[in-house]
This record gives sequence, C-alpha cells and structure tokens, in this order.
Amino acid sequence: MASRDDIKFLSNPKIGSKRNKYCRFRKFGIKHIDYKDTNFLEQFVNDQGKILPRRITGNSLKYQRRVATAIKRARHLALLPYVTDLLK
Amino acid sequence: MRNYEVTFIVDPTLSNDEIKSTAKVYTDMIGKNAKIVHNNEIGLRQLAYPIKNRNTGIYTCTEFEVETGAIIDELELAMLRDERVLRFLTVRLDKYGVKYNDDKRAGKIGTIVKKKKVVEEDRGRNNRGRNNKRRPNNQNKGGAKPQAKPEAKAEAKPEAAEAPTEN
Repeated sequence: MASRDDIKFLSNPKIGSKRNKYCRFRKFGIKHIDYKDTNFLEQFVNDQGKILPRRITGNSLKYQRRVATAIKRARHLALLPYVTDLLK
Repeated sequence: MRNYEVTFIVDPTLSNDEIKSTAKVYTDMIGKNAKIVHNNEIGLRQLAYPIKNRNTGIYTCTEFEVETGAIIDELELAMLRDERVLRFLTVRLDKYGVKYNDDKRAGKIGTIVKKKKVVEEDRGRNNRGRNNKRRPNNQNKGGAKPQAKPEAKAEAKPEAAEAPTEN
C-alpha cells in the first residue's frame, strides 16, 4: 500500500481543512495583559484599529474581555489609535 | 494592601526642568502617602492621535502600594486641574499584574519584535482564497509561532527569554 505521502493529490488536501483555534492565554499561561505593551495588543486589532472578534483570534471569553479592556486603556493613553488606516 | 499603577502624559512643549518637576510633583504626592514600588519613566513617545494639538508626549508610569485608595481621588483631581498633564490613567493591579510587573523588571518577559510574522499571519487569514499555494508554508509558520510566544509574554516559565528588552 502506498502511504499518504506517496499519493499525489490534484489539489492541496489541506485547503478545506479547518485550522484549529486555541486561546493563547490559556495555552501559555498568560495571566495578565499589559495595556502598555502595544506590540502585543496590535495582534488583536485590525488595520483600522478595531478589536478583532473572538471567532478570529480564538481567545476564550475571559481573556477576550481582558484584551478588550487593555486595548481600550491603551487607546485612552494614545498608545493605540481609536481610528486609523494602515495601522500595520 | 492594594497595588495601583498611575500612567500620565506630560506636555512635551515645556522646558526640560518643568517636565521633570511636573512629574516629580505627582511622584512625590504618591510617595508621601504610599510606598512606591517602581517609577518607570518611559519618556518621549509619539501619540497615536493628537491631544490638545500635541503629537508627542512624555510618559511616566508609577506603581505603588497603599492601604486604602483615598489618595487616588486627590491625585486624579490634581491631575485634572493641571494643564501640563495631557492624560492620566489609574489602574488597580491584581496579583497577576503585580507579578507581571516584577517579572518584567527582572527581564523575564521579552517583547515582540517579529512584526513581519504578525503581518504574514494576517495575510493568510484575510486573503485565504488568493494564496492557496502558499498555505502549507503559512501553516508551518503558524506552527513555529507558538514557540516564540511564551518567551514573548508568558509568565509561567519563560526562563530563557531571548533578548529581554524593555519597551
């Protein structure tokens, strides 16, 4: 029998498959989110400076809430913009 | 005992001495009534949006420990009245926040420098249809990324954080 590696697929079999989402805070044991760490917070924000939803970031509800407050605090201190274009 | 953190922005158009004295007024005010854990002068920084027609600001962040939060009202009122202070934010730190700040001072928490990777990941997400051919590559990168993460921000076991530079 040919193993799976030997078979040549017409299209990439990985295309349709779902990528597994996970909460990085739970996975790596991050307990505190610093509002001054803008480089880190930018990962949870899109180009316009909007907070990305949980269905994209994969955060658990608890940490999504904390990310959201951290971003809002950073915005208040002008570390992150409220509105922009081409943030990244 | 409660731990708090005050971050405020001082007007950069003042003279150097004035900036220092303004920041000192508030740190002294805290120091009189509370125990200052750490005073972090972040320094001049670009503001993300103009405040009072200023595009830059001088950031100072002070962490302190008090029995009651009574001095915070006093402090915030003084800052509100002061025109030299553009913005301020007081935050209460829970035990994880205190630990995070300790670790950060000890250099256990690195910062994310790999900005390119973040961009790549986003591209993979947004134009999923367009770069089908590259997808396996992206997935590999996605797999490599979590290894870089814990160094970047985990508190639990980031023993060998490479190049822990402060912001």
